[in-house]
Amino acid sequence: MNVLWLQSAGCGGCTMSLLCAESPNVLDLLAGAGIRLLWHPALSVESGAEVRALLAAIEAGAVALDVLCVEGSIATGPRGTGRYQILSGTGMPMLDWLRRLAPLAGDVVAVGTCATYGGITTAGGNPSDAVGVQYDGARPGGALEAGFRARSGRRVINVAGCPTHPDWVTETLLLLAAGQLEETALDALGRPRFYADHLVHHGCSKNEFYEYKASARSLSEMGCMMEHLGCIGTQAVGDCNIRPWNGQGSCTRGGYPCINCTAPEFEEPRHSFTETPKIAGIPVGLPTDMPKAWFMALASLSKAATPERIARNATADRVEVPPTLRKPR
Amino acid sequence: MSEGDRRLIVGPFNRVEGDLEIRLDIRDGQVAEARVNSPLYRGFERMLPGKDPRDALTIVPRICGICSISQSAAAARALAMACSMAPTPQGERVAALIHAIENVIDHLTHFNLFFMPDFTRAPYAGRDWHGAAVARFTAMEGAAQRATLEARAALLHVVGMLAGKWPHTLAIQPGGVTRAPTARDQARILASLSAFRRHLEGVVFGAPLEEFIALTSTDALLNWQTGDAGLFLRIAADLGLARLGQGAGRYLSFGAYPLEGGHGFAPGLWRGGALAPLDTRGITEDLSHSWMLGPAAHPSQGVTDPDEEMRDSAYSWCKAPRLAGETMETGALARQVVDGHPLARDLAAQGGVLARVAARLLELARSQLLLEDLARGIRPEASFMSGPTTLRDGVGEGLVEAARGALGHWLRIERGRIAAYQIVAPTTWNFSPRDSAGAPGPVEAALAGVPVQPGEETPLAVQHVVRSFDPCMVCTVH
Repeated sequence: MNVLWLQSAGCGGCTMSLLCAESPNVLDLLAGAGIRLLWHPALSVESGAEVRALLAAIEAGAVALDVLCVEGSIATGPRGTGRYQILSGTGMPMLDWLRRLAPLAGDVVAVGTCATYGGITTAGGNPSDAVGVQYDGARPGGALEAGFRARSGRRVINVAGCPTHPDWVTETLLLLAAGQLEETALDALGRPRFYADHLVHHGCSKNEFYEYKASARSLSEMGCMMEHLGCIGTQAVGDCNIRPWNGQGSCTRGGYPCINCTAPEFEEPRHSFTETPKIAGIPVGLPTDMPKAWFMALASLSKAATPERIARNATADRVEVPPTLRKPR
Repeated sequence: MSEGDRRLIVGPFNRVEGDLEIRLDIRDGQVAEARVNSPLYRGFERMLPGKDPRDALTIVPRICGICSISQSAAAARALAMACSMAPTPQGERVAALIHAIENVIDHLTHFNLFFMPDFTRAPYAGRDWHGAAVARFTAMEGAAQRATLEARAALLHVVGMLAGKWPHTLAIQPGGVTRAPTARDQARILASLSAFRRHLEGVVFGAPLEEFIALTSTDALLNWQTGDAGLFLRIAADLGLARLGQGAGRYLSFGAYPLEGGHGFAPGLWRGGALAPLDTRGITEDLSHSWMLGPAAHPSQGVTDPDEEMRDSAYSWCKAPRLAGETMETGALARQVVDGHPLARDLAAQGGVLARVAARLLELARSQLLLEDLARGIRPEASFMSGPTTLRDGVGEGLVEAARGALGHWLRIERGRIAAYQIVAPTTWNFSPRDSAGAPGPVEAALAGVPVQPGEETPLAVQHVVRSFDPCMVCTVH
């Protein structure tokens, strides 16, 4: 399976994350599955004229393009020209390159939340008028039209995340190479369900604090960060706490809130990322699929039932009260 | 133009982070003039005004996937200054540890994945080192590339543990870090560092790090024969990389890893072969050849107003930073020269491709020792975060050293909101366009005189020079 990887208007962090793939390393993993990178901006030897020749060969149909991976949002400014990002050496905006290459690709994979929905590049008034490959925020239709279909007949595959977990990207490619990524394997926003059917809350190491709404008040405290510190792990899709990052990490394990980076428009939460918006002291936002009345009732009940150990540890930066040992019978 | 004179547009320029295009005017078989274009504008400095100051810590790391922690650290320091607070000493130590790991893996990635693969190319097939270079550094296949990826991923487990993930952590805060390490964590960190030392000594240097750090002259360096460093030095001697792409000898470092007892690597300037104190008030960003509107200004007064017309007299989205009117080179070589390492000082006399790459290797070795000290000095019983603060009004300057050099953030907070935010990144210095006096940026100047072989469309020597700077183009314009 031939893969061409282009970096558009983004930070390159999804590639940097990809290089953290382990067991096996990313080179062995891709090669072992018969996945060949035609060109990758960080990895390939070819530069300049050699790359332009490759792009010409793809356009001429001399080189088959099975998968086009796009990392980064697509700048459409200034004034719709796309000239905020010229693909260097070609004089042509990345916007135009994408529109020329995408119809030639067996599949188009948008890597990262910039490429999927616009992401952080569109924060704060979106200075470069950036969009995602097939979405503009949550709205279908980005650099490519909502109705765009790759040669496979599939819409753009949206591997969202800021950055993407290395496995989200490699496993998407593995499934494509094996012919096992059907339309039903994607959620309504085009994200692979193998990670998007989970919530960041699943497996969160702060779950016991969550059960009792025993909350951290400031960053570095161990308690649940939903009530005060802006954490939306109960609403955000991702298996971040089921398969950890960089060995054993995740945002919540690192002591800071989930900011819902796999979702369209996460970049503008309309409140500070690290502060939970409240109305009359009640946090706004419910855990996914939770009826409001039940949540309120359970929260007040569990808060009242909070054991001393959990209450004290919630506002400490380390375990101050260990679990009581049960006497063996 | 006479026969053989020509103009080349080099791009897409890969194995650099982000987008880079270089225009070369070739005369008499060498580069007469180079113009460096950063062809991507995103406008981070325009996203931030109006936002809660704390949100900078979520947004600015995402300027760059390879210098993400450096961006975090600069923002945290600028915010701390703006509200007159300081991190706890142990919080500062853990932040330095996380930051130094990013810089170390960036050096390792640059050497193995970005820089060395060029020596596997066909035009070098007749050289006696070519077979070894092919075995070690063939893109996506070489043995060194695989080993690098595995050592890199393993060392990043320390960042996963302390900071949740890499890149784009929110762990570094004005008051310290969000997670207090335990004694068990400290033991794991030391175990990871021990494994990384084994990689460096077994693969990269082929000898104890202390022996490489003890080198004091370029001559002694060129006699180093072991490890992949030895292979590089053999190539460097054969190809004359010491004289290729020489810089102006002006080096800038903001100082890396501020700690209770001073910086891990000292701040300062090196100019005319001598140290000079650093005064950031002398920094201006010139916009004469940038697709930006407005006057030249100190970053605390600067604006980012893109020229939608992309006027013909300009050629890059990058601004042109100058210190007291002069270009400055920044990066590992600058840091090690300013910090006073004798090998770096000797390398600086030539200041070419060899100097930049060797200084990165030197810093890689020295940073391992620094990391071990930082980890051993963790006191799990201490506090890692100072109390929460309110950010109402203030101005801040956050100066750090990213892998690629001096990174500064300048911000102003008014009534609890960001009023202004300006960033000058290392590659903004190194890859700056010309200024109003017509003075080329450091890479533009270093490329003048570089040989170009007949028929070369993407000249190899030009690639060596450009990659020796380890540019990060996504940071450059931001």
